[in-house]
Amino acid sequence: MHQTIEKTKPDLDLESPQILKYRKIRVLKDKAARISIGMGGISVIIAIMLIFFYLLYEVAPLFKSAHVEQIAEFNVPAADKGETLFLAVEEQVEKAMRVTSQGYLVFFNTVDGEVVLQERLPVPEGVTVTSLAEASPSSRILVAGLSNGHAIVFKHSYKSTYPNDVRVITPYVEFPVGKELIELVGGKSLRQMAVRSTDSALYIAALAEDDHVYTAYFVKEEDFLTGGVVLERESAEAPYFEGRAQKVLIDPTLSWMYLLLNEKEMLIYDLRDKAKPVFNGKVQLSGKDSKVTDIAFLLGGASLLVGDSAGKVSQWFMVRDDENVYQLTKVRSFEHTADAVVTIAPEERRKGFVVVDAAGNLSIYNATANRNLLNMSLPDISVSHLTVAPRANNALLQSTNNTILVFAIENEHPEVSWAALWQKVWYEGYEGPDYIWQSSAATNDFEPKYSLMPLVFGTLKAAFYAMLIATPLAIGGALYTAYFMAPALRKKVKPAIELMEALPTVILGFLAGLFFAPFMEANLPGVFTILILMPVGVLLFGFAWANSPASVRHLIPEGWSPILLVPVVLLIGWGSFAISPGVEALFFGGDMRSWITSELGLDFDQRNALVVGAAMGFAVIPTIFSITEDAIFSVPKHLSYGSLALGATQWQTMMRVILPTASPGIFSAVMIGMGRAVGETMIVLMATGNTPIMDVNIFEGMRTLSANIAVEMPESEVGSTHFRILFLAAFVLFIFTFIVNTCAEYVRQRLRNKYSVI
Amino acid sequence: MRMPMRNWASAGEPWVWLNAAAVTASLVMVFGLLGLIAVKGLAHFWPHDILEADYVAGSVQQVIMGEFVESEEVPAGQLTTAGVSVPDGVEFMQRDLLKIGNRDVGGFDFRWMLDADLKNKRYPKDAIAIERREWGNFYGYLVSVMEDGRVIAEGELAWNVLQERLQRALGLHDQIYKIEKNEIGSVNYTIERMRLKERGYELDGSYTAEKQAEIAAIRSEQETIYKSLQESLIDLYTQANRDSIKVRTAQGQEITLPLEKIVRVFRPNAMSLSAKLSFYGEKLWEFVADDPREANTEGGIFPAIYGTVLMVVIMSILVTPMGVVAAIYLREYAHQGAMTRIIRIAVNNLAGVPSIVYGVFGLGFFIYFVGSGIDQAMFPEALPSPTFGTPGLMWASITLALLTLPVVIVATEEGLSRIPRTMREGSLALGATKAETLWRVIIPMASPAIMTGVILAIARAAGEVAPLMLVGVVKLAPSLPLDGNYPFLHLDQKFMHLGFHIYDVGFQSPNVEAARPLVYATSLLLVLVIALLNMSAVSIRNRLREKYKALEM
Repeated sequence: MHQTIEKTKPDLDLESPQILKYRKIRVLKDKAARISIGMGGISVIIAIMLIFFYLLYEVAPLFKSAHVEQIAEFNVPAADKGETLFLAVEEQVEKAMRVTSQGYLVFFNTVDGEVVLQERLPVPEGVTVTSLAEASPSSRILVAGLSNGHAIVFKHSYKSTYPNDVRVITPYVEFPVGKELIELVGGKSLRQMAVRSTDSALYIAALAEDDHVYTAYFVKEEDFLTGGVVLERESAEAPYFEGRAQKVLIDPTLSWMYLLLNEKEMLIYDLRDKAKPVFNGKVQLSGKDSKVTDIAFLLGGASLLVGDSAGKVSQWFMVRDDENVYQLTKVRSFEHTADAVVTIAPEERRKGFVVVDAAGNLSIYNATANRNLLNMSLPDISVSHLTVAPRANNALLQSTNNTILVFAIENEHPEVSWAALWQKVWYEGYEGPDYIWQSSAATNDFEPKYSLMPLVFGTLKAAFYAMLIATPLAIGGALYTAYFMAPALRKKVKPAIELMEALPTVILGFLAGLFFAPFMEANLPGVFTILILMPVGVLLFGFAWANSPASVRHLIPEGWSPILLVPVVLLIGWGSFAISPGVEALFFGGDMRSWITSELGLDFDQRNALVVGAAMGFAVIPTIFSITEDAIFSVPKHLSYGSLALGATQWQTMMRVILPTASPGIFSAVMIGMGRAVGETMIVLMATGNTPIMDVNIFEGMRTLSANIAVEMPESEVGSTHFRILFLAAFVLFIFTFIVNTCAEYVRQRLRNKYSVI
Repeated sequence: MRMPMRNWASAGEPWVWLNAAAVTASLVMVFGLLGLIAVKGLAHFWPHDILEADYVAGSVQQVIMGEFVESEEVPAGQLTTAGVSVPDGVEFMQRDLLKIGNRDVGGFDFRWMLDADLKNKRYPKDAIAIERREWGNFYGYLVSVMEDGRVIAEGELAWNVLQERLQRALGLHDQIYKIEKNEIGSVNYTIERMRLKERGYELDGSYTAEKQAEIAAIRSEQETIYKSLQESLIDLYTQANRDSIKVRTAQGQEITLPLEKIVRVFRPNAMSLSAKLSFYGEKLWEFVADDPREANTEGGIFPAIYGTVLMVVIMSILVTPMGVVAAIYLREYAHQGAMTRIIRIAVNNLAGVPSIVYGVFGLGFFIYFVGSGIDQAMFPEALPSPTFGTPGLMWASITLALLTLPVVIVATEEGLSRIPRTMREGSLALGATKAETLWRVIIPMASPAIMTGVILAIARAAGEVAPLMLVGVVKLAPSLPLDGNYPFLHLDQKFMHLGFHIYDVGFQSPNVEAARPLVYATSLLLVLVIALLNMSAVSIRNRLREKYKALEM
């Protein structure tokens, strides 16, 4: 052999040009592979890590504070037409309007203050406008109180046209209830006005110079011939009071009239019977040393914002008490600077408002979230009028030195704060602070309720009941499978239980919702009897088996008892449901469901936590089972042999030696199972009623974070606060499961190291 | 040998038994559940006998006809509260659910009735069940067959004539379907494509006269095709409208049904076992191969199967290379330091992140961010209607690929770590470069592990529904995402999915009772699809393992 090789030594030149070239190509390929795998690998890893950062990126704007920038400044347009009584700006913030004391409506550009339209209200010569009030910002309906004791209702409107594809906004004045003056009181100048216009009625109230309140109430009727609105004046008595009132306000439902008295107190009248207002109560609005300087309605008109001379702003609304009596209640206060509040301007589409004080500080707040979004000082300006654009993206203010300033506001998500998400919030119309999730409603002036607490609670509740069912079954099963079971059986049982994991959760959810929930409702006692009968029956069988003759016992070898128990379990299961109607008749008067409702005082939903617990428990069992089984099985055998050799029984060995060694693994299994239960979507979506309630009652449903995302995400507007809060919910889920899994993983790593030492 | 209770308990035997019972309970639950799905799902296709009975309850007396669905025992107490008179001394009464059909006549097609009220039960041989395209099933008797309003067959003769004519009507229906769905669909698709092309030219200002003529030519050609199709459609419709049948309900009301609205007529009570079996096979085939009818509550689920499989295939094409490359990088190339360990744990943990989070990510990042970017750059002609800026097949596949990526990475890494060092060193010592070692030695040896990862990924992806609800499934897709129209694979289209179908039909359907058996059948199919995917992958794995067995130590 050796010699033949010597003889036929191949003519091999390892440095031939072809080989060199080939080698070069190989090196090149190697490098290319290194670079491309490196890049590919890193980019894949970055792609998965991106989830975390992207969620954060979507959530971050929620907690950004507001930003304000001055974009224009000009002298008050048409200053010769009188002083400004009212300032307004239209949706696109191209045109603005001021109403003057001489009765002029002056429309001007917001860029340079150029006057685009001047129109005088149809009031007689010599009569001046003495006061002005707005029905609600979105209606753009105003009422002017005149020096002759009359009033006129008008509306500022804007028309958009697109000549040559350029938007042109043309302002015009409308008189929705006619141009005639409405008489409130003859010959007395009207100091302060209030107006509300609904689809069916118009209500005007005025404070005259004699300190009396005068009212006018009209019912709107449609004219059948012209289709226009005809006003029918009905009698409406004005409330009588002693003292000097500064302000009169009416809520949009025409239910309440508020009168500010002596700059401190609020008189409240029930207006539901227009003909005869009923005194409701008197409430002290401000402290001893301060007086009320401005009052404004928050969007929707349910809440009053009260600003005082001490620089405090507080929110009040009518709260119904246990005796069904309404009382004006202070709900929250917003800390401001120490300087007196000059004016409060509410936002038109959100529960937010802008405050300016005597020192020229401008602040932006959100009421629901009790959040101060911005504090900014306007140097050398004292403000007399302030208005916020309909989209709350601009504000116009007039200073006392007769200039108008236009500000751009960047304030996308004021509704969110730590308190709004995680603490009790007192929402409008509620009797007290509460955790509520209600993201949308049909009305425009709806107060969004973004408390994540009910959802987190629901998530944990569902996970808790699932774990309650899954943990004993999975761990018990794993103990037996790993330690007691015959190896041949173990080889079959393990994959069978792990097969459960591959079962899509949508199928489990469907079965839970459409099969198990009605089944359980019909056989409620059976569900509970099975919990009692199953262990008892199994133990009895076990005892009987231990006492049966050896010839019988030897039929089934050691470690096959689960198979032996199959008929027992089936029989007990069947028996429990077979006797269910009997048990129901015997103990629960024939109907356990109504027994629960009437005797225990618990609400009962068909799709409840028990159903979810069972279905989700089913989904979690294989996860816990598989990891626990691995942990126990990989406990070194010499430990158990040692224990058994010392005379311990199998069970003692299990409890004293194996379980303590494997316990970190079991802990990590439970954690991972918990992570799965928390994030599971389809089962809870289908097997619960998805109502966001906070109640530990096992017979009621819940809404979980994940189901909430699945339900609301498709309908939420991209980039809106709601959209971002859903991202926040996803982020919370992500972080929670990530932390739980990391803990579990860490414990498992430690355990692995421990085994390697033992 | 008698064992005292004390000894038995102190040895811990009760606990062992309880643990054994936990195993048993888990097994019973798994197989019970699978059995339940199988029984409920498969029973749906069997031609159930039609029951006729006299329903007598108080003053109400009528003839009831329908399929028996299920029965339950109701405690007398509950019935009394509901205002039903219960005979003395009876604690429970049996209540039956009948599918009475005839929704167009009676308003609803399921009815609970006390079994005791059903007198004189019978199964008439000549009772027919009609599956219709609208209004659900009809149960009753055949009176006559009509052609253009003239009676041409009556009585026992009518049955055979009906069979003949129904075949003809079904043939016509197939032709109409083919024209409406495929051919006119294709014409519409081409015209829409021309419109987009035209708009695209207009946008970049290159809409020359030449191109105009070209587009106009294609358009007029398509319109001619459309016209001729329309004519043949009208012709087919007049033919299909020719025949109708007159049927009588059990209560004696006679109604006329046009044959074109009928899918199937059968007389279950007169069917032999073999006829029933062949009917069963036919129904099963319809379920697997046909489009859904009646708001998904009847007919087949073919588009859902198709969508699920296609999505899973695209997902696995994406996830396999990505996962393998990442794993190889982590195990073979990256420096094995603290950073790599952290990344490894993080990747591992991502497998446990709830799937809905991936859905949210897919919707926000892929669809609204990347998708609308793609639309701006590549499909400006279709704007403002989005092409990729809306949920669709591609985004669903990518989202699920991302979701299952950790599974593939973890499994592949585990496989790589099991390959002994000596293999690598041997290869390198023989002069192979690292890339060659990887390609010729490591990857083949790790391929069973890679396959395992892909199997697990597929099993997870096929059953996942929650993220898909955000990124691309719909309850009813007008066309398949892979069809004969250019460019054949429509990655931007929405698709149907078995899992979502279960959710939608089971929970959002207007007629849940009627749809329920179908949901069981769909569930069964989904389980089977997943099992099939799993098993085929397992067999691939085993073959690979066999092939590289020699290499294993």
